[in-house]
Amino acid sequence: MKLGEVIAALELKAIGSVDPELTVDGVYTSDLLSDVMAHAHEADLLVTIQSHVNTIAVATVVDVHSIVFCNSRPVNEELIAAAQRESVQLFVTDMDQFTVSGKLYALLQREAT
Amino acid sequence: MTSEIPISTDAGSQVVTELIHRLKVRDAMTKNVVTCSPDDTIRTAQKTMREASCSGVPIVKDRRLVGIFSVDDVINSLDRARMDERLEHHMTRNVIVLEDDMPLSFAISYHERYRFGRFPVLNSNSELVGIITSRDTVIALLVAINREVERLEQKVVEDHGPNSGFLLEYGTRSFAFENAGRISTDAKRALKERGVAPKDARRVAIATYELEMNQVVHSAGGRVSVEYHAEQDVVDIVARDNGPGIPDIDAALTEGFSTANQWVRSLGFGAGMGLPNVARVADGFSIESDSNGTCVKASINTHRGPES
Repeated sequence: MKLGEVIAALELKAIGSVDPELTVDGVYTSDLLSDVMAHAHEADLLVTIQSHVNTIAVATVVDVHSIVFCNSRPVNEELIAAAQRESVQLFVTDMDQFTVSGKLYALLQREAT
Repeated sequence: MTSEIPISTDAGSQVVTELIHRLKVRDAMTKNVVTCSPDDTIRTAQKTMREASCSGVPIVKDRRLVGIFSVDDVINSLDRARMDERLEHHMTRNVIVLEDDMPLSFAISYHERYRFGRFPVLNSNSELVGIITSRDTVIALLVAINREVERLEQKVVEDHGPNSGFLLEYGTRSFAFENAGRISTDAKRALKERGVAPKDARRVAIATYELEMNQVVHSAGGRVSVEYHAEQDVVDIVARDNGPGIPDIDAALTEGFSTANQWVRSLGFGAGMGLPNVARVADGFSIESDSNGTCVKASINTHRGPES
């Protein structure tokens, strides 16, 4: 699935530039970054509330190209700068992790069938 | 690669603050203290100070500090012709002392508050174990600051070209979270440039990141190196810190065991997955730890190509 379709379906608010042509084949949801490190290797997109610079470092390590911050978590300049440096795309939503994950799961399942 | 200022320019004073709390009085004090007995004469005290080139001498009886005598007191005694009288009758009895396991910040504030040239240092059994002057304090701080700067400066990069190996080695600092991820990010990029399979580069990055994070969270700082041996297709990661060591290595290797504080946990770390994560992604893993520090070694066999 293309990132552009995901953004449209979930009405995600992008922070900074976005490449809608990137593919999203896997999603991982977790607020525990050590757990993301251990298990997110199949994911392209991370759903979390951890909006700080270390999240970008972890995303870079596991090759996640997009991060969705739930519950309208505040995103500071330092975080945006780090994301741009590492070409990680940031999105914010007022939905919680459960809702975002549910919607993404349904989208990816629909595409697979 | 751009040249970097070797010390954190936005947290310079924080480094010093951290040092004066981390260093103890015993790290700065002079340990071989010359002393006099209360039965000695003032003349003996003067001779003792002259021979040891110091400006004050603690008076000790049965290993207990009972007073102190300074050059100023000697001058007064000369003036009043008391040089052959015993110290017991003329020494200063109310001595301000420091304890050896107090942070160095105490010595600094005592120097500031009391304006004495020196403070005797007692251990927990109230025995005299040293003496500290402002000179000792300044020297200890300079040595520690130099060591700290040296560690931060020591960013070793040996790049043997696009078709061969490399060595990256950076220092880490206690609680410097903003820098965690530097080594893993650089190592991953360098491996990808050399055509190492992304899956292997990712394993290297995960192991390196966890080890960096461990040093930042748990240690007094240390160094992490990543070396790629292109001919053998192997990456060696070595993380060595300056203590305090892991009391129970088996527990530390158990998933879910953690000694991290709440603040670290609120950032999404400290769930007891660090070392298990390293061991899981690595092909070779070893750990040694004592009170002087911990050394973790991980090796990862790599393959060339888009996927392995």
